[in-house]
Amino acid sequence: MIEFRSISKTFPDGTTAVDDFSLQLPSHQTTVFVGSSGCGKTTLLRMINRMVDASSGELEIDGENISTIEPVKLRRRIGYVMQNSGLLPHRRVIDNIATVPRLNGVPKKEAHARALELMDTVGLDRSMAERYPAQLSGGQQQRVGVARGLAVDPNILLMDEPFGAVDPIVRADLQQELLRLQRELDKTVVFVTHDIDEAFLLGDQVVILEKGARIAQKGSPEEILANPASDFVASFIGADRGKRALSIREVDGSSILVDGDGNVAGALTEEGTA
Amino acid sequence: MDTRDGDGADGAAGSGLVNLFFDAFAWILDPANWEGRGSIPQRIGEQLYFTFAAMAVASAIAVPLGWLIGHTGRGRDIAVAITGAARALPSFGLLFLFVMIAGVLLREPSTIFVLVLLAIPPILAGAYSGLEVIDRRVVDAARAMGMTEWQILWKVEVPLGLPLLIGGLRSATLQVVATVVLVAFLGLGALGFEIVQGIALRSYDQMLGSAILIIVLALLLDAIFAILERFAVPRGVRAGRIPDVRTASSGRRATAEASATT
Amino acid sequence: MTWVWENLDLIGRLSLEHLRLSAIPILLGFVLAVPLGWVAYRYRLTRGLVLTVVGLLYTIPSLALFVALPPLLGIPYTSELNVVIALTIYAVAIMARSIADALASVDLDIKQAATAVGYSPWRRFWAVEFPLAGPVVLAGVRVVAVSTVSLLTIGVVIGIDTLGYLFTNGYQRGILAEVLSGVVVTVLIALLIDRILVALGRALMPWTRATATAPTVQQGAAS
Repeated sequence: MIEFRSISKTFPDGTTAVDDFSLQLPSHQTTVFVGSSGCGKTTLLRMINRMVDASSGELEIDGENISTIEPVKLRRRIGYVMQNSGLLPHRRVIDNIATVPRLNGVPKKEAHARALELMDTVGLDRSMAERYPAQLSGGQQQRVGVARGLAVDPNILLMDEPFGAVDPIVRADLQQELLRLQRELDKTVVFVTHDIDEAFLLGDQVVILEKGARIAQKGSPEEILANPASDFVASFIGADRGKRALSIREVDGSSILVDGDGNVAGALTEEGTA
Repeated sequence: MDTRDGDGADGAAGSGLVNLFFDAFAWILDPANWEGRGSIPQRIGEQLYFTFAAMAVASAIAVPLGWLIGHTGRGRDIAVAITGAARALPSFGLLFLFVMIAGVLLREPSTIFVLVLLAIPPILAGAYSGLEVIDRRVVDAARAMGMTEWQILWKVEVPLGLPLLIGGLRSATLQVVATVVLVAFLGLGALGFEIVQGIALRSYDQMLGSAILIIVLALLLDAIFAILERFAVPRGVRAGRIPDVRTASSGRRATAEASATT
Repeated sequence: MTWVWENLDLIGRLSLEHLRLSAIPILLGFVLAVPLGWVAYRYRLTRGLVLTVVGLLYTIPSLALFVALPPLLGIPYTSELNVVIALTIYAVAIMARSIADALASVDLDIKQAATAVGYSPWRRFWAVEFPLAGPVVLAGVRVVAVSTVSLLTIGVVIGIDTLGYLFTNGYQRGILAEVLSGVVVTVLIALLIDRILVALGRALMPWTRATATAPTVQQGAAS
């Protein structure tokens, strides 16, 4: 379990990114921080592996205060996946995936064998192992990024808008892949996004953040959809525009779902036939 | 021996031109000029000695300093200001100035000192801009993975910044080579010696011959750096380089422009 | 120091001469570099050719160029023209390259927008692309200006009396103040021309005032 206790962060230029933030992130679940840009969600994420140090408050992982752990050591046991993958452009895919194990002193052969397995895990063809990142598509790069994040078999996986830069079709694909991975691997995932649909799709626990990382609402997607805690939340999840209040309209004998604006949202089908 | 003074080379470009260059090559190829004191090999040796001595000292100072600036992002403004201001210094004048200040007995070390001063700005600029142009997200990701600062420098920043560093070394070398040509005015020989002597003796074959040697040497050194620069681009980066003429070489330009020939 | 006071007229005369002889290659180089830079920017084939030639010329040490140019051009090597042409070659070599880069640095969207609202290619170049490339072009001109002023001192070797005269004459006669004043005045002239160029840039490109100096990383390295 990851626990934030009254965490605040003020940057040297005087801006307060996080203001007295407390939260528990249960193990083996996916917690999604969602909010507009500048709300402090990435700062929260980066506190977990001490890329950012809190100005005050305590952050514990499984009861251990992370300020007592040397940052480099801490980071090597936490997986990190970022937007645009952040792959090392001068290293082949296989070396990119094997980076952290190699830093930890795992022999090259072993690290490479493990990297190949991870390529299978994230759905990358092994023939791509010898390629350079620039020779891959955006979606493939992102898969390499995930594989690299998993390379040391970490308990915690931090994901900072990992699918933000790929097109919608690839993104949907990667989201499904992540759900599958999470079923198989059962990690504690912390996911940051500004896309509420992505948050609802992936999150066991969704945390909607306002400026200064104030929690507007937290809970399961169902809970939030059923009872938006404030106008801000309602607006953020689109409930106020009736985007999520769908109604049925009959067209040519089939049932079409339309949202509050009268725009088509989908078709109604019998459960099981979809 | 056909000695011409410069004023004699007027007007007639045709056969006169051919003759002049013929004489110049004859001077270069004359076996008498290839042995004894003040021979061509000796002058080339002096030229290379000053060049490499200055480059070695300048690199030892500027490369670590440039990496430090590039890695930490601190001191960049000062470095930019210094490299900019240094360009305005007339190297020709500095040679005389420092030799006069240090005394004729110390003219060799003070000459190398001036050459080092000249070489530092472009090397420094190459070293720090090489690190600066690296995508911040790559460095960020390396840190997030748990690389130490030292590992980030050696495994990520140095290899990715190498092409620009070599570009900086290339500019510095050109500038130093050109300035070493001028040390003949201080009685230190090198390839400029024959030009200085040629001007005094009005022997144009000797002047043009040495000018050709100087140009060939400069082009050779530049070509070596061009090749090194090409090899320094990591394969993965080359693989991903968009074959767009616009992005192909704009980065290198910065350091090339950071210095001017002397 | 007394040497300086006693020779103020000499320093003044050489300074004016230095200014005049620096200004010609800077202006001439700029005028020649614009079309050359454009050709290098516009067509891939000519880009390689222009930039290679320009790169090779840039590599030639100045003293060697002063010696090699006269027979090729059929001019006396002690003529002012020799130095002016040599320095113009360097100016073109640096500026053609920076102009090509500057044009390439203009946002593609803006160029397409200009075409979309109906600019002809010729007018688009002068009204949109060239002005927007201005800051990067200016950075290149500043490099050229400063290096031209410095290089011109070497002209004294072939008998062109510029501030370089104070170096050789002072060295031969053992007058440190003379050499020092030569160095100082050369730097001052370089700074003077640089300030003029910056002021000119501000006057001609008012929209850049907000962002102060050269904005890109590459320019940062160059300036």
